[in-house]
Amino acid sequence: MISFTPTDEQTMLIDTIRRYSANDVRPVAHEADECGDLPDVLLRTGWEIGILPGSIPESMGGFGEEASAVTGVLAYEELAYGDLALALRLMSPALAAIPLVLDGTDEQRDHLLPLFLDETPPRVTAAIVEPGMFFSPGRPRTTAARQNGHYVLNGAKAAVPLAEGAEWLLVYAWNDGENRVDAFIVQGDAEGVQVGARDKLMGVRALPTYPVTLNGVCVGADCRLGGEAGIQFSRLMARSQVALAAMAVGVMRAALDYAIDYAKEREQFGAAIATKQAIAFMLAECAIEVDATRLMVWEAAWKLDQGQDASKEAYLAKRYADKAALMVADSAVQTLGGHGYIREHPVERWLRNARGFASFDGLAMV
Amino acid sequence: MTISFELPERIAQELPMIEAVAENIMRPESRALDEREHERPNTFINMMWPVVRDQQKRALDKLAARAEGGEAQKRSGPGINNLRMTLTVEMLSWGDVGQYLCLPMSLLAGAAIEAVGTPEQKERFLRRFAEGDDPVWGAMAMTEPGAGSDTSAIRTTATLDPGTNEWVLNGEKIFCTNGKLALDESNGIVVVWATVDRSAGRAGMKPFVVEAGTPGVTVEKVEIKHGIRASDTASIVLKDARIPYDNILGSAEVVRPDKRSTQGFKGAMATFDASRPLIAASAIGVGRAALEFVKAELAEAGIEIPYNTPYHELSAIQADVLEMEMQLKAAWLLTLRAASLLDHGERNSLEASMAKTKAGKAVTWITQKAVEILGPMGYSREWLVEKWMRDAKINDIYEGTGQINTLIVARRILGYSSKELR
Ligand SMILES: Cc1cc2nc3c(=O)[nH]c(=O)nc-3n(C[C@H](O)[C@H](O)[C@H](O)COP(=O)(O)OP(=O)(O)OC[C@H]3O[C@@H](n4cnc5c(N)ncnc54)[C@H](O)[C@@H]3O)c2cc1C
Repeated sequence: MISFTPTDEQTMLIDTIRRYSANDVRPVAHEADECGDLPDVLLRTGWEIGILPGSIPESMGGFGEEASAVTGVLAYEELAYGDLALALRLMSPALAAIPLVLDGTDEQRDHLLPLFLDETPPRVTAAIVEPGMFFSPGRPRTTAARQNGHYVLNGAKAAVPLAEGAEWLLVYAWNDGENRVDAFIVQGDAEGVQVGARDKLMGVRALPTYPVTLNGVCVGADCRLGGEAGIQFSRLMARSQVALAAMAVGVMRAALDYAIDYAKEREQFGAAIATKQAIAFMLAECAIEVDATRLMVWEAAWKLDQGQDASKEAYLAKRYADKAALMVADSAVQTLGGHGYIREHPVERWLRNARGFASFDGLAMV
Repeated sequence: MTISFELPERIAQELPMIEAVAENIMRPESRALDEREHERPNTFINMMWPVVRDQQKRALDKLAARAEGGEAQKRSGPGINNLRMTLTVEMLSWGDVGQYLCLPMSLLAGAAIEAVGTPEQKERFLRRFAEGDDPVWGAMAMTEPGAGSDTSAIRTTATLDPGTNEWVLNGEKIFCTNGKLALDESNGIVVVWATVDRSAGRAGMKPFVVEAGTPGVTVEKVEIKHGIRASDTASIVLKDARIPYDNILGSAEVVRPDKRSTQGFKGAMATFDASRPLIAASAIGVGRAALEFVKAELAEAGIEIPYNTPYHELSAIQADVLEMEMQLKAAWLLTLRAASLLDHGERNSLEASMAKTKAGKAVTWITQKAVEILGPMGYSREWLVEKWMRDAKINDIYEGTGQINTLIVARRILGYSSKELR
């Protein structure tokens, strides 16, 4: 039966994250963006909410029933409503944990999942994106060649969150022997892994990302995620797309709420600017786009949870969100006029952050 | 509750039958009916009448039973009526919007009567839609030459003649969908909005049921239109038209605005909550027809639409089609939400206006784009795409233009009244 009401548990989770976003995240988000870092205590508090352990099934040691994409997108929207950099950074362990849950072998899960149940977040991440404007997630240039029971990885990755000092990374590469994309568990200190200087980005400045090069990195065959079966890449891509699109909804909603409040306060020509259709209509359109984007995200996530192929829905949701997020954030800046351009108001940060979605691939995962 | 996009099974089972009607009854007649404007789509009407009639009978009998049994028989759990109607309208509009509008039903008139009518009125006015061999139509007449978006400007008057206890109606209504089918071609009804007290503004506006055959009521003209040419859009002149006192829907009492009540008017607006998602669904039906056609033609030419390809690998056409597809999906999901909220017994005026705004705009663009992409084929009257473009446009106009629905959304999100945001 069609319904748009989350379960009671989901509602509780949403409320918890909403409080965290409002009370803990928002007050420090500006400063975090300015100085390019997030306070440890904020990350610890966020981790304690237990979003990731909640999507690791009990049968694998976690406290969830399943890795529900719907629950994931609900949580991610609220986190990103607080701050996008925080959302991406707090949930970066999911980049490795969710693929493990979904595609890992029993051995890989037993061995690696306990890490994610600790009180502090593990420093693990995933490397998907590659440099240059012609990157295609489904056809990475980074290669994995099978040699004497090992895989040898070569290539360059870009925008890898928290790569520096990472315990291990999940590296996506083109498996030459089988003509498919696979993911490999690579130790951060393995020979041939080189983490470059931290990226300087337009937005999400409190999220440290790095270029990573792999120079003849040799890993055991047991480091191929999913063993001989490998991964279901298109499903992982879909989960990544809905995760990012959900965060886009969070950013959009944040920008819209702020613009609405401002437009009702700010008076020009003797009346609140919100009473002018030029402003009111822009905001109404934004409200429609926020809801439309969210529904597209929910539908794709729901399909994933049904075990159906959601790659089409996820792809459309992500493309839609990329555009809509920019439109809404831009309208928010426009609503504030010159004041919107000043860094004191968060809308300018949200515009920088929103522009990122079109180039974020695989930076989040539900 | 849980978030779900699963269609109720009953609806899923019905849809293929509706699709068969759309494909085998509507589509074959589509072009000819468009070329021969004002010709009645009899194949469709005759096919649908028994089905619709029996459905309306069941609904009416249930209504009557409920009136007798009081509140006791209230259904538990969410219903599926609005969702079902939404999916039906989408599918029929995929077939042909002009023909779908000729469904022999009480439609907007019925919605108003169901919303505020007494049990006696429901029986008296709606029974005709539930029996007999000949199809019957209902219509709603609000718009006037001087009152379009601003419905409060209507000038049609209703004056009580205390001698005969009749209302006397005078005025001119335009753009009344199915006005001719209701008044001239069947024993139908038109719900006419008139004012009993112009000085009272909206509070003075009341809906009256005018039956076919009422002296003084004439259909003066039927518009010739850009699209939906199979649907009649009538001008109705009311000249000293006398109707029984009991044909007023809701209370005759005028509660002044200073008492902050516009009950009658609110009743009318509530029917929009149910009808706007249907207009949105209708838009989406045509939009889907155009999109499917484009995709089929592209596939024939060897161009598939990929769903996993980055921006730089898409051709311009592929990017356009993807944009069409996601716009359509966004509009559709907003529409499903608006309809489903009603089924769950929740208010949906914000969501209904969101859906209508989005669908009207998106589908206007989608169908215009389809004509462009298809080149000469898109523009040719040999094919249906150019017709779909003309049909689609109406959805951004009636039941509140895109601007008016945007205004409603804006007021709701800003917490403004219609005085504060005009
Ligand atoms: C085919 C067809 C069928 C119809 N069927 C029916 C029917 O069955 N019953 C019925 O009662 N009516 C019906 N209508 C009438 C329809 O609802 C009106 O045409 C519509 O509401 C717009 O009114 P208008 O045409 O007078 O345009 P106007 O109200 O004059 O609007 C002109 C333009 O101004 C804009 N505008 C108006 N007010 C504002 C505002 N406050 N802020 C911003 N922009 C504004 C409008 O959006 C529009 O773009 C039908 C119309 C058509 C064409």
